[in-house]
This record gives sequence, structure tokens and C-alpha cells, in this order.
Amino acid sequence: MVATEKATNPTKVEVKDLTIRYGPKVALEGVSLDIRENEIFGIIGPANSGKTSFLRALNRMDLFTPGMQVDGTIRFDGRDVRKWRNVFSLRQRIGVVFPLPVGLPMTIYDNVALAPRLAGVKGKAALDEIVERCLQRAALWDEVKDRLDSLGSLLSGGQQQRLTIARALSQDPDVLLLDEFSIAVDPVTTMRIEDVLKVLKDEITIVLVTNLVQQARRLADRTAFFLMGEMVELADTEALFTRQTTDERTQAYVEGRFG
Amino acid sequence: MFEASDLNNRNRKVERLWGLLFLMMTILLILPVLAILGVLIHEGGPILSMDFLFTEPKDGMTAGGIFPALVGTVWLVTVALLASVPVGVAAALYLSEYAPDNWLTRVINLAIINLAGVPSIVHALFGVGAFVLFFKFGTSILAASLTLAVMTLPVVIVATRESLQAVPQAFREACWNMGATRWQTIRHVVLPNSVSGILTGVILEVSRTAGETAPIMFTGAAFFLPFLPQSVFDQTMAMSLHLFVISTQVPGVPEALPYGVALVLICMVLAMNAISIAFRTYLRGKKKW
Repeated sequence: MVATEKATNPTKVEVKDLTIRYGPKVALEGVSLDIRENEIFGIIGPANSGKTSFLRALNRMDLFTPGMQVDGTIRFDGRDVRKWRNVFSLRQRIGVVFPLPVGLPMTIYDNVALAPRLAGVKGKAALDEIVERCLQRAALWDEVKDRLDSLGSLLSGGQQQRLTIARALSQDPDVLLLDEFSIAVDPVTTMRIEDVLKVLKDEITIVLVTNLVQQARRLADRTAFFLMGEMVELADTEALFTRQTTDERTQAYVEGRFG
Repeated sequence: MFEASDLNNRNRKVERLWGLLFLMMTILLILPVLAILGVLIHEGGPILSMDFLFTEPKDGMTAGGIFPALVGTVWLVTVALLASVPVGVAAALYLSEYAPDNWLTRVINLAIINLAGVPSIVHALFGVGAFVLFFKFGTSILAASLTLAVMTLPVVIVATRESLQAVPQAFREACWNMGATRWQTIRHVVLPNSVSGILTGVILEVSRTAGETAPIMFTGAAFFLPFLPQSVFDQTMAMSLHLFVISTQVPGVPEALPYGVALVLICMVLAMNAISIAFRTYLRGKKKW
């Protein structure tokens, strides 16, 4: 790998020999990588290359997915995620945003206040502060600040997606997993959210799965290329995009020759 | 210029024919309902009065009112609901939200389907064996209501499970991803959005319970008992059994009397159904996604 080693941050998530199966179908095979603190870790690749399965394994959603089998080890802060006795506390530290927006059928305020409430935050002032901060960061505050009592599930698609991001931030996570977050968001808003992500990475670690190769280039510090259940390559983003790649397929993909 | 072909025109005619056929079948379906109601109102309507509703039967049940039976039915239905709703909703929550797909779950599902298929008279005999004799409740409201509860349990479970399943899976996953437990997810997301469907199912259940005769006949409903029950360990009269009794077992009952009883019973049921439908319509208007 050509990637030049920068002054590296400590490892946040360590993945070793990760293999994910759904019944007989292998979704991801033999992936090993490190995600470092306060970086944006990009994952690119076409559909069905195992990107989403990878995210689901990180926060142990395999427990809720019948037939999903995960082998290998994932260490979060040095601890094997499968040895966390309390999987709920693990998930609290990992925020997730899905490709399709999910506005829960409750008020906008409650959508964002739910996670803090579940985590035991009480008092209106504290909750108000979290709700405003998270909605600000998700670039949604200005549009909804006058109607926090209306239903989150009735917002437009793009607004719901930003609400979803606000909700993921409201749990005050260490790691934020973004799964193609911009699919349902218009380009202008996408850029606003991207700006927010650049700021956020000072505080948290972000794993960005994206279909938009250029988005990975804009945001990610390092980028992994997944293809058909295999990690083809992992490199500093600039290296990956400037033909310093070692693999023919990576180059073809980032240049848009397939995918 | 575009013109409809012969085939287009024929399809259109056939289409209208099918529509008409289905409409006729549907009208066929409402005819018995209208006929039953019409006869009951015509024959039993004149006898209805406040006295009829609120006095006891007299002269060997050939005269007087139906008050003890009315109160008895309310008792039976209420106690049956208190027993079947908590158990049924809990079972549905387990099956919908917790149960893994394994042999135990499949056995439970099979049991529910079979329980729903058991004839009511068999439930009655089970009630006698289990509640009246084994648990020594005697013939009482408690035994009769528990028998009704066992009988209605499958319907409560199925109705509840369907309302729970109507809540999109994405909502659950969003909640789990925040670190919510299954129970927190149920409490904050699943139940608030399915409670309307559950209530509708329960209300429909009430109307069915009110009309059942066989399960209560040997377990707690009395032939003639002109007193109001004081506790769940008393026997009681009930509308459905009273109707059966004065129609077939007692000589010299004026013809209008059974019609009157039947009319009151059906009005109770229809009122419950109407509430349920109104409720559902109201909640549909407030749909949240």
C-alpha cells in the first residue's frame, strides 16, 4: 500500500478477519482494517459489496437480523463488541444514519429528545439544549424551530433525513455511521451537512459509506474500496484518487469506468 | 386520431359486468342483516321501555324485564376482558417483538390457530372441568368469564399481533440503533402506534363475547335468578342464555318478549361495533406516517 503514514490517531475500531454471511450467502469476507479516532473513514463500492453489512456488524445489529452470521473480531475501544455484556450501551455510543430517512411518528422535538431521555437525561432545559444543538448541526433547525411540535414523520424526505442525523447526534455518540446519507437529500443540503461533518470529526469518529465517489474524496481521510464482499484496497483518500492505487479495479471504479 | 379498438370496447363492457356482479353479491350480503334487524324491530320494538330494561322478569319469566340478564352480561364481558386482554396483548407482544423463529414459536402459533378452531361447546366443557371443578370456582361469573376469555384469547392475540406488525420495521431499527432495548422500543414507538388497532380488536371482541351462550351455560349463567350478582363468585343471568331459555324452555312466553331480548342484545353488539368503527375512522384521520 502506498499510503503514507501520517501522525496517526489511536485506533477506535479494530476489525480483524471479519466475515459476514446470510445463510449460505457470503456478504463480506476476510476484512481487516482499523478505524482511527477523529477521522472520517470512507467506504466506497457498488451495491451488494458488503458496505451496509459491515456497518450492521459494527453496532451488533446482527442480533436483530435473522440469519446474519458474523465471524472474526471487532474491537471497539479495544473491547470485543461481542463480549460487551450490555449491547445497548454499545449502541448508544454508535450513532447510525440509514440511506432512507426514518422520521419516527412522534414530534420533531421528541424524535431528537428520545435518545437522551432513554439515556436518562431529565429536565426541560437540558433536553431543549440538546435538541437545538443537534438540529443546528444537522442543518435543520432554521426550518423547524417554529414547529417542533409537528410530526417528524410528516416532514419531507430531505428534512426527515436531517432529522435522522440530528437523532443520531442526540445520543452523543463516539462513532457515527453514515450509510449513504445523502441519497434522499438535495445537493445544497448535502454540502451543508458535509461541512458539519468536517467540524464534527474533531469530536467523533465518522464512518462514511457512500455511493458518491466524489463525496468520499471530499470528506474522507482514508477510504476503503469494497467490491463484492471483498475489501480491495484501503488507502489515504488522496492516494486512492490520484492513481497511486495498487489495484486495477480501484482505479477503474474511482474514475467511473464501472460501478 | 386515436380510437378504441373492438377489443378495448369489449374489455370495457366485461369490466362493467364484473363490477355489477360483485355489487349484487355484496347487496346479497347485507340483505340478511337488514332482514334480521327489520324483524326484530318490528316484533320486539313495541315491548321496549325503561321498565323492560330495568326490572326483573316476573311470572315465570313470561312477563317483566331483563335487568338481571343485562347486568349479568356486562359482568361476564368485563371480567372476561380483564382476563383475556392482558394475557392476549402480552402474548402478541412476545410473538411479534421478541420471539425468535424456532420450534417453540411455531408450536405456539399452531396452538393459537387450533385454539381459535375449537367449538364453543368444547370450550364450555373445558371450562367446567378446569374452572368450575379443578380450580373450585364453582358455577360462577369467574368460571364463566375465564371460559369466555380462553375462547376469545386467539382473536385478541391475532388482532394485536397484526396491529403491532403494521408498525414499520424501520421504526424499530431506528430505535434499536439508538441503544434502546426491545422494551423501550415497544414502549416509545411500537405501542403508541398500534394501540388504536389493538383497542379496535378488543372492542370487536367484546361484541362477540356478549352473544356467546354455550361457554357460559354450564359454567356460570343461571336459568333464572332475579338478583344481581354481588361478586365474581356468584352465578348470574345473561342476555344470551335468557334468550335461549325463554325461546325454548319456558311455556307461555308472549311472542314479543324473545324478540325484545334479541333486539336489546343486538343493539348492544351493534353499539360496540359502531364505537369501534368510529374510533378506527378517527384514528385513521390522524395517521402519523
